[in-house]
Amino acid sequence: MNRLRILKVFIFLAALIPLGLLGWKAFHDGLGANPIEVITHATGDWTLRLILVTLGITPLRRISRQYWLIGVRRMVGLFAFLYATLHFFTYIWLDKFFDVHEMVKDVAKRPFITVGFSAFILMIPLALTSTAWSIRRLGGKNWQRLHRLIYLTAILGVVHYLWLVKADHTKPIEYGILLGILLAYRVGVWASDKAAERRRQAAPPAPVGAGV
Amino acid sequence: MLIGKPGGIPSSEITPKSVFLNRRKFLAGVGLAAVGGVGLRDIGDLLNPPLTAYANAKIDGIQKSSFNTTEAQTPYKDVTNYNNFYEFSTDKYEPAGLAKDFKTRPWTLKIEGDVKQKQVLDVDAIMKMAAPEERIYRHRCVEGWSIVVPWVGFSLSELIKRVDPLPKAKFVEFTTIYDPKQMPGQRSNVLQWPYVEGLRMDEAMHPLCLLCFGMYGEVLPNQDGAPLRIVVPWKYGFKSAKSIVRIRFTGSQPLNTWQQSNSHEYGFYSNVNPTVDHPRWSQAKERRLGEFFKRSTLMFNGYDQVASLYAGMDLRKNF
Repeated sequence: MNRLRILKVFIFLAALIPLGLLGWKAFHDGLGANPIEVITHATGDWTLRLILVTLGITPLRRISRQYWLIGVRRMVGLFAFLYATLHFFTYIWLDKFFDVHEMVKDVAKRPFITVGFSAFILMIPLALTSTAWSIRRLGGKNWQRLHRLIYLTAILGVVHYLWLVKADHTKPIEYGILLGILLAYRVGVWASDKAAERRRQAAPPAPVGAGV
Repeated sequence: MLIGKPGGIPSSEITPKSVFLNRRKFLAGVGLAAVGGVGLRDIGDLLNPPLTAYANAKIDGIQKSSFNTTEAQTPYKDVTNYNNFYEFSTDKYEPAGLAKDFKTRPWTLKIEGDVKQKQVLDVDAIMKMAAPEERIYRHRCVEGWSIVVPWVGFSLSELIKRVDPLPKAKFVEFTTIYDPKQMPGQRSNVLQWPYVEGLRMDEAMHPLCLLCFGMYGEVLPNQDGAPLRIVVPWKYGFKSAKSIVRIRFTGSQPLNTWQQSNSHEYGFYSNVNPTVDHPRWSQAKERRLGEFFKRSTLMFNGYDQVASLYAGMDLRKNF
């Protein structure tokens, strides 16, 4: 229990570093010629990175057999949501300055905005149901089902990035490959679970008393 | 070597261009001079040439131009640290560092294609063809940001007139240097190298179209397209080819690099046009670097005098 608390404190502080750096640079003339662009890119990057971290926790705890690591996942997810929210508000406030007309046009006409916007909207129910109370209320199974939306958010997030860059697709492709590996791991686990179940069903029932 | 203007070297330390040019002559005679018993300090100077002279030498005799905008000029540090120069990097903050040691001398410009006399011109000779003018232009990037830059150069037409294109030359094609050893961005194929841009002959002959070799009263910094570039202020920035080594006159419309890369998004004309959106973003507004609120983008970037070049053309189709 103790190591979980230590790790949580560590992740909490570490996840605030990018935000702190942006803030520090903002007040020290460190954001360069186009500060709004820098803030947009940094918050977007950290959203994607943290989403990938949350998706990495399940494989990591299974492979390392450190099952207690599940205890940090919701917090990392909430930080991903924090950066997504900052990214979103950078767009509507700093970039568009609440120009609703422009934003509606953007969402309707620009595919990369449409998918980015959708990815963000899909994160909202996950953030709202991130409390222990919600898990109890929904029941573990339903809660898990709802939170699989993160897969869709992650895919849309990578597509958002891929569609917005002009020519150099290196970074979005790197994110895409990581996401592909993390999703493939889940498909693999799901398939092997299915196969194991089928074997169990096909196997003749064990003789009475043999399994004790 | 220092690129940033407000850096550690006071302007008094920067070798004046005249001294620097004398030193080049001096270099030519170095063997002889060494035999003649040159002092140790001079040899030290020869081993450690005054590189800053390339980037920061003042340009003498700059004339004012009637094309100048009175809008506030973008700070030098922004224009020299925020560069779309994919030959060095796709990250706009990187060319300033990566172009630090880029060699801009010796530098020649090949004149090819439909001209009376194909020739190779030295950049220093080109710079003396006409009186340098300061042209304070708005510069609008296709990405939605803009700057105001006091370029130094003269109308491209001055050069074109001197090289005598044939009547069948309808277009002008510009080619940027290809040198992956010096330009790390060219080692990856984000675009097809070398970078090619082009203009229709009447566009190239328009007096606003600038053959540029300086800015802010000084020789062009490497990351801004040294030693010789084109500036077409009514078109999106990528039309203004940097570090050019060849001008080719041709009867057929050149395929510019961005159009080749993605013809749905980048056309040949690429005039600044707030009514024709880039497929992935609106072009109605722009952010002038240093300003918080966006401003409306102007047709032809505010250079209405070029409108007649496109009379009768559908600029939605010819974007």
